[in-house]
Amino acid sequence: MTQDGFFGRWGGAYIPEILHETFEQLKASFRQAKADPLFWQEYQNLMSTYSCRPTPLTYAENLTRHFGGAKIYIKREDLNHTGAHKANNVMGQGLLVKRMGKKRVIAETGAGQHGMATATMAAKFGLACTIYMGEVDVQRQRPNVFWMEKMGATVVPVKDGSRTLKDAINEAFRDWVTNVDSTHYVLGTACGPAPFPEMVSWFQSIIGLEAKEQIVTQHGKPPARVYACVGGGSNAMGVFQGFLDNKDVELIGVEAGGKGLASGLHAARLCGKDASPGVAQGYKTMFLQNNDGQMRETHSVAAGLDYVGVSPILSHLAENGRVRFESATDDEVIAALDLTMRMEGIIPALESTHAFVQAFKEAPKLGRDEAIIINQSGRGDKDIFTIAHAFDDPSWKEFIIARGREYDKK
Amino acid sequence: MVLEKQLRERLATKKILLMTHIVLGYPSFDVNREVIAQMVANGVDCIEMQIPFSEPMADGPVILKANQDSLAAGTTVADCMAFGAEMSKQYDIPFLFMTYYNIAFKYGEEKFFQNCRTAGIKGLIIPDLPPEMGVEFFRLAREYQVAPVLIFAPTSTDARMAELNSSAAGFIYCVARRGVTGKQSDFGEGFTTYLARCRAATKLPLAVGFGIRNSEDVAAITGKADIAVIGSETIRLVDREGPQAVGPFIAGLR
Ligand SMILES: Cc1ncc(COP(=O)(O)O)c(C=O)c1O
Repeated sequence: MTQDGFFGRWGGAYIPEILHETFEQLKASFRQAKADPLFWQEYQNLMSTYSCRPTPLTYAENLTRHFGGAKIYIKREDLNHTGAHKANNVMGQGLLVKRMGKKRVIAETGAGQHGMATATMAAKFGLACTIYMGEVDVQRQRPNVFWMEKMGATVVPVKDGSRTLKDAINEAFRDWVTNVDSTHYVLGTACGPAPFPEMVSWFQSIIGLEAKEQIVTQHGKPPARVYACVGGGSNAMGVFQGFLDNKDVELIGVEAGGKGLASGLHAARLCGKDASPGVAQGYKTMFLQNNDGQMRETHSVAAGLDYVGVSPILSHLAENGRVRFESATDDEVIAALDLTMRMEGIIPALESTHAFVQAFKEAPKLGRDEAIIINQSGRGDKDIFTIAHAFDDPSWKEFIIARGREYDKK
Repeated sequence: MVLEKQLRERLATKKILLMTHIVLGYPSFDVNREVIAQMVANGVDCIEMQIPFSEPMADGPVILKANQDSLAAGTTVADCMAFGAEMSKQYDIPFLFMTYYNIAFKYGEEKFFQNCRTAGIKGLIIPDLPPEMGVEFFRLAREYQVAPVLIFAPTSTDARMAELNSSAAGFIYCVARRGVTGKQSDFGEGFTTYLARCRAATKLPLAVGFGIRNSEDVAAITGKADIAVIGSETIRLVDREGPQAVGPFIAGLR
């Protein structure tokens, strides 16, 4: 990374003047924390006592047998407290907030996992908390909204634009410019103005550091390939950082193929041909936008991948060829989820399942003495309404109808 | 640059100048024409025309909605360029474009400046492009003589203001408070101290914007700044009462 936050030609900090001083403070606090070995120790300690770190690396024996190729290992970020990798970043930023002395945190959320993690951190550290969430996502991730509110956070449904993640980010920035003095914006992914991409990736690197050791202990050597889903890119950056400097390990990021790349209804920025360089939400990256530079609507069955931009660090790693990008469609995701639940008794989040889809396509082509790692960024419980709907599950429907009637009577 | 010269000529006969804001294509270019005609007829000194963007991060609800509605109606950057050329040909006041950096970036920076210059646009306000991110942009601004207006905020330190001043031209846009466009501001004691800091940091004319809604607000900054910026208030007025209400509103401001 360069002084002004660029990775190759991507990144930077395109921010309104009102935030300039706050970013100077944030950059300084982050530099100090990164240079201080005690900070990482405090972070690891917090993550091993309040969350479930190190998370296990699970050998998926049945899936391996089923596909008959490489040994499939799953990095279990779903076993973090609050059920996703998002907690890693949030707890790290929480420690920084304490150092900076701010009293209030805000966050955007798509799938609700980042909002959940932020509400949890705010409750634990005694901070006021407001979460911005697109109205569409409030609908599709209702259980997370319930829990955020129960933990004392205010959840604000965002009704502007496409009413998804990008609009929640805009609204969080509007709050931040209004309340800069008291408030820290806990950005949820490796996007946004510098230092966020680097900072979020640093906290998430704990995933890759663990996985790198675990795979050698369990399999005897590094993996042939590592798969991660890519929304903004934080879980992918997290697991990839354990292997970036080992050129023998191939890294694969999987984006939301939605209804197919040819349909236009997807969120594929780094594979496919629909994205182009742009500057929005404070940083330069590949965006899904039209020729005038207006952002387009995106689509994914997974709220957490339904986003127009992507980490500038990943745009750089795509451009220099270190990471390969693929996509998985909504239908492929539902099928892979079904298989994983039945064969391994594991329920990945819809976001994470995108990585499973691509791994399943490639595992049979690799030798039996090779291993691959799938980063399971989160657990699927939050998606119960979406998944039950996709499976068109009759007994679930009956239950919902009966519950609805019950509430109706009161 | 020519923008500063034009503003200074007007300042020779007026204690405070008025700059207004419109969102292009909202509710339509025809209404934009009517509103601008009324503004000019009632003495507005400078108009900033916002090219709509899908992610207007620094704008509050009123301007945000105007951006979205304009885009939904099909407004393109090419329409905005053509409209800018039409207005600056028709009226003898400086016209500026306000927009977000992605619009100029996607258009091609050099082509954007060329076309602005051809269209007679005198300055640009890009709230998400600090000078350290736009070295080439600020160089082109000088080459094409389209003034890059920069923003001071109450959170800017004296050192930062000095740094911004060295890249700015035309005038300095001082935002009156923290936050986004469209909410009320308090022009009290803290504000006076802030404006004094702005004045000390630059020789360029000072504009004050964010939350100026009526003649009292304009009076409160007269003598302390050179230009009062009326933003969201005229959009609200047109929404509520139609374009013909703009003339009397402007006439009553000073
Ligand atoms: C479980 C899960 N996985 C992945 C993502 C995508 O984000 P990122 O690409 O930053 O990991 C999300 C985002 O909400 C998520 O909740």
